[in-house]
Amino acid sequence: MLDRLGFPQPWLSALLFVTWQFLSEGVSGASIVMGLVLAMVIPQITHGFWPERPAFVKAWKMPAYLLIVLKDIVAASFSVARLILSPRPPRPVFVCYPLQLEHPLAISILASTISLTPGTVSADVSDDQTLLLIHALDAESDQEIIDAIHQRYEKRLMEMFQ
Amino acid sequence: MNPFAEYLIAALLLLGGAFSLIGALGLARLPDFFTRLHGPTKATTLGVGAIVVSSVLYFSSLGEGIGISEILITVFLFLTAPVSANMLAKAAMHIGVKTTDDTRGNPWEQ
Repeated sequence: MLDRLGFPQPWLSALLFVTWQFLSEGVSGASIVMGLVLAMVIPQITHGFWPERPAFVKAWKMPAYLLIVLKDIVAASFSVARLILSPRPPRPVFVCYPLQLEHPLAISILASTISLTPGTVSADVSDDQTLLLIHALDAESDQEIIDAIHQRYEKRLMEMFQ
Repeated sequence: MNPFAEYLIAALLLLGGAFSLIGALGLARLPDFFTRLHGPTKATTLGVGAIVVSSVLYFSSLGEGIGISEILITVFLFLTAPVSANMLAKAAMHIGVKTTDDTRGNPWEQ
């Protein structure tokens, strides 16, 4: 039914609507109308970029995941800061990370997480979406990074999406 | 204003400023493009984060309600920072930017 009303992505529409209410100073008639228009138009314009409906199976695990990421951002920021200030040169490395996730949205969440946590940037995804190229600022070995990402993030994302 | 809140806000502002400064230093000190990418996208994330949190605390301790717009700024920052870092890295790989000699592994070609 939501499809016929012009909401092909109900969750995206809801998110846009709520965000618009926060952005406009206080909820009013005008902000509700504008929010509804945005919630209808933006998902339809961007429709081609969404390959399929996001298959969030266990969305309630997301807040715990975000907390872990936030904690890692803080902890790892300190280690990057220490590295920048220390005279020792960094040991940069390109790592090919074998992806076990299959869902495109899950892969992009993982790639964003990797880029946000200091010390690693995800540079590219292979065309068949099985490898992620990661640049790490300072690492002993490739395996160390692969294990850390798999244990901390990918496992949790796999639980959410499969 | 509550003195405790005041100290907390001051500490957060100092922390945020320090991290932004370290991010800028990283831009100057790190050896090649890919390592420099880490400074501004990361240390700065926490820098801006700390400043935004102190802003939220300041306005809520004045009793003007919690600053939703600051939280939205953080959300948008966290959404866009990885995308721009990814775009920069992709563009650098595309035009074949040189890496330092002690970089292990290679960016792939495709």
